[in-house]
Amino acid sequence: MASDPLPYARPLPGTQPPVLYPDYASTQKRAPKRAPIRLEHTLSETTGPVFEGGWAGPDSTDLTRRHKGAPLGERMILQGRVLDEDGRPVAGTLVELWQCNSAGRYHHQVDQHDAPLDPNFTGAGQAVTNAAGEYRFLTIKPGAYPWRNSPNAWRPAHIHLAVFGPAFVTRLNTQMYFPGDPLLAYDPIFQSTADAEAREWLIAQYDPELSEPEWALGYRWDMVLRGRHATPLDPA
Amino acid sequence: MAGKLIPTPSQTVGPFFSLGLDRPEWNDLTVGNPAGERIVIEGRVTDGDGAPVPDAVVEIWQANAAGRYAHPEDQQSDKPLDPNFRGFGRCATDAEGRFHFTTVKPGTVPGRGNSLQAPHINVLLFSRGLLIHLHTRIYFEREAANAADPLLSSIEDPKVRGTLLARREGSGQAGSPPRYRFNIVMQGENETAFLEL
Repeated sequence: MASDPLPYARPLPGTQPPVLYPDYASTQKRAPKRAPIRLEHTLSETTGPVFEGGWAGPDSTDLTRRHKGAPLGERMILQGRVLDEDGRPVAGTLVELWQCNSAGRYHHQVDQHDAPLDPNFTGAGQAVTNAAGEYRFLTIKPGAYPWRNSPNAWRPAHIHLAVFGPAFVTRLNTQMYFPGDPLLAYDPIFQSTADAEAREWLIAQYDPELSEPEWALGYRWDMVLRGRHATPLDPA
Repeated sequence: MAGKLIPTPSQTVGPFFSLGLDRPEWNDLTVGNPAGERIVIEGRVTDGDGAPVPDAVVEIWQANAAGRYAHPEDQQSDKPLDPNFRGFGRCATDAEGRFHFTTVKPGTVPGRGNSLQAPHINVLLFSRGLLIHLHTRIYFEREAANAADPLLSSIEDPKVRGTLLARREGSGQAGSPPRYRFNIVMQGENETAFLEL
């Protein structure tokens, strides 16, 4: 009989958002009311889709050269690593990205914000992390935009990223924010994670080393996925 | 013990996720012609008012027909890997909150200890209004292995347990695969049993 799989660590209290966060109004009718059933991890939880081999399609990391012309806005490089809790790189995993344009409008029919669409910007990309767990995108800085969560509410500029990691339980959908954005203090989605140190992981760092002269600003952002419990056989 | 770094907090996919997550072909897991019984799973996602959720995305992860996951950690050498089956699917809901997958029925997979888990499909649900995704499982009604399944048998309330069972629908056209219905109720009466993993 094979031994039980080594479980993944559970998040510490306050380091992930709750399902019900009334300040984000849409949670009120979508948050389950019954407590979830705690399940010990089996192969069903410690395995997950493998993206090596390219079946998810080729990397698409330059969002600025999809159309005839160049999109408007500040060109920026977003680069970082996908890591586990022990700082080990997560290689070969799929990262999917989407964002609005520099005016704060998504290339999406549901978005009716009175800001211009940019015919040269769609706002989607994907990359599989390399052996060092790294990904890199070239894009333009997204704008802030209003939303109807509460009167005069504005989302801080953000980029959506989704990543799988090695297991079903490491799946992560998150948003990357920009340092020093005054809207962060007012944004219930950002604020929904109670732990201030955990929230800091949502903010990219401006990195002058990553900026390319006369070309693009560089932002560095690492994503950390759930890691495994260490055991005597696992000295890390 | 937990490691040194804090995992990145989850954030909602928001209403515009189809820009980045749109893979309409990923709801058919049988395109490579894998071994096993083909099935269709259809369902609807509804909120606390019973209203359809048109901006959700459902992802599924499952073992192949023999009960083996296409992942290096599954070392059940007595079961074949199926090179034509990856086991992962995704479907965004439509304006009526509906989703559907075509796949193969998974085999039984080992549970903890010496237990056996009944055939099941692991489910992730993302949507606007979910700051962090929900987990659940799809089991199949009238499956003999359900009686000994550790998760199903741990749920005392039959009504709650029943939310994890996909219901066999009346047979469709002759020769078409069996259809199962699995609705996801995010909140309220008949709320789906969600899992903390």
